[in-house]
Amino acid sequence: MGRELRIERVTRIEGHAKVTIQIDDAGAVADARFHVTEFRGFEKLCEGRPFVEMPGLMARVCGICPISHTLASSKAGDRLLGVEVPRTAVLQRRLATYAQILQSHALSFFHLSSPDLLLGMDADPARRHIFALIADDPDFARRGIRLRQFGQRVIELLGGQRIHPAFSVPGGVTRAFKAAGRDEIRGGIAEAMQTLELASDRLEGLFERFRDEIESFGDFSSLFLGLVDDNDELEFYDGTIRIVDGEGNVVADRLDPERYTTYLAEASEPWSYMKVPYYKPLGYPGGMYRVGPLARVNVAQRAGTPRADRQLRALKSTSTGAVCASFHYHWARVIEMIHAVERIEALLDDSELLGSQIQAKALLNRRSGIGACEAPRGILFHHYRVDQQGRVEQANLLIATAQNNLAINRAVAQAARRFVVPDRLEEGMLNRVEATIRCFDPCLSCSTHAIGQMPLVIEVRDPSGQLRARIVRGDGMESPADPNSGR
Amino acid sequence: MMQTNGHAPSSRPRVATVWLAGCSGCHMSFLDLDERLIDLAARVELCASPLTDYKDFPPVDLTLVEGAVANEENLREIRHIRARTKILVAFGDCAVTGNITAMRNAFAVEDVLDRAYRATSLVVRGVPGTSEGVIPRLLERVQPLHEVVDVDFFLQGCPPSADQIFELLSAVIEGRSPALTRRFG
Repeated sequence: MGRELRIERVTRIEGHAKVTIQIDDAGAVADARFHVTEFRGFEKLCEGRPFVEMPGLMARVCGICPISHTLASSKAGDRLLGVEVPRTAVLQRRLATYAQILQSHALSFFHLSSPDLLLGMDADPARRHIFALIADDPDFARRGIRLRQFGQRVIELLGGQRIHPAFSVPGGVTRAFKAAGRDEIRGGIAEAMQTLELASDRLEGLFERFRDEIESFGDFSSLFLGLVDDNDELEFYDGTIRIVDGEGNVVADRLDPERYTTYLAEASEPWSYMKVPYYKPLGYPGGMYRVGPLARVNVAQRAGTPRADRQLRALKSTSTGAVCASFHYHWARVIEMIHAVERIEALLDDSELLGSQIQAKALLNRRSGIGACEAPRGILFHHYRVDQQGRVEQANLLIATAQNNLAINRAVAQAARRFVVPDRLEEGMLNRVEATIRCFDPCLSCSTHAIGQMPLVIEVRDPSGQLRARIVRGDGMESPADPNSGR
Repeated sequence: MMQTNGHAPSSRPRVATVWLAGCSGCHMSFLDLDERLIDLAARVELCASPLTDYKDFPPVDLTLVEGAVANEENLREIRHIRARTKILVAFGDCAVTGNITAMRNAFAVEDVLDRAYRATSLVVRGVPGTSEGVIPRLLERVQPLHEVVDVDFFLQGCPPSADQIFELLSAVIEGRSPALTRRFG
């Protein structure tokens, strides 16, 4: 008799989703699926609007990584204008990119995942969050809060506000950057680096304790896709795409992001508002690939900055091929934060950062434009086709988290098989399924251009669809006799 | 409008934050309270939030609701939350006016789904939200909170500033009226 568990209210994650777990005749977990339940429809609602509006509108796809959306959108706009963006504007955009990586990764690591890592997967759910951490480990929590604040402050100094700044536009940026802003950022570098060294020590000290989780939170071979620069180092703003396989072999290299439709395609499934991109040559669903911090450190040979490279060598030494354990997204995130701080410091020394030539102006010169950059969760594409007046006729957004859709599904199934015992469900089992999802730091507002909290409810159904039992996160079993017990 | 006088001075106000259909930017602005969060953690009890693990939505004194009402689940959830909340705050422009989330109201739901899941996909195994199942169906029209439930305070902005959020929370804690800026956009 096959049954199904349904998981709702996945918390400490950026979005609304559910998980269903299929149970086989022997009562063991057979498979699992990750369902995203929110949708806003940006690809339609932008139709008919001028492309110059897009960086401001598209920032609202996501409040966590608005800079990435505004930049991908601006880059698509740069192509529509057919201009070369002044170097000062590129430096500002790069600075914003690293600040974005820093604040978003800090949110993922300190605010959302550190309660699992530091308080434990089986800790009391009522005490397993950043506010409990403030009480239990005030220094660490304060440091995390201040690190995120540092990233947000850099964005604020560049764009005038922290969230959805009217900052980047087609052709460049809107404001010259001031020396006072530069000096303030410089003053924050040392503390940020100190916090990251502490975080990195704390994380490495936990690997022994989480050996089971490292092996089961999505540890499998897959393709990895990300940008690299000309020196095969980490790149977030420009560069070309490299794809490696689980053994670390280069499958494709120097791919032009603007030709993404020749090697990437998307599938739609009725069970999720999150689309399912795949690597075209391997078809669907065989063309699974991972993006984001772990993918980026797998495709790059080096970070390109000394402190991050020391850490990256340690991470890479855990595997002979690519690092396939999704748990190590956390480690990759810490490495990228270190790298971001190093890059921010270096950018501050470039005298052109304070230049006054910040925007190239032109009329519309092309009818189609594609912009790509590495968002915190992976590569992001914005693709617009416009009419002669520059109004958007068609838009397509290929979002980082969606590109991890196949891998998140596979990881959730692996963790559920390893940890979930359907007949003796415990909260810690469910939290491990959620913690697996948290490794990917999925941003569902981005990926379906929508957001909400993720409910986690497990429903056990028999093959006829009859509800056998239902668990709301942390609520214990509910009687199937009361169909109105859930929401 | 505000009913905070019934609290014993020793009991911390019970606060929740939720997001419906929005971008999470209002919650990020809440996190932009930065170190004021540490102070806040001592002054209120955060009972439910996307940042905590909670089961069913608990009875609370105040809930900040980000986002508009866009699907059947949002609708059920906001009614449930309203019934358990003394002071309900429309938190940010999507909650206050529908804002960006409501821009799809210019189109039929079918066309919006078609654009997202048929026109841009090479493989179409189905379109989400078109039949009964795990995925909630979209409402034909996205609505701001006040069209669906009673709202006690409107916190404007895309997103509202951290200072405005702090003023509102402080006022509730101290049992006074918040000094909120009124503006458009």
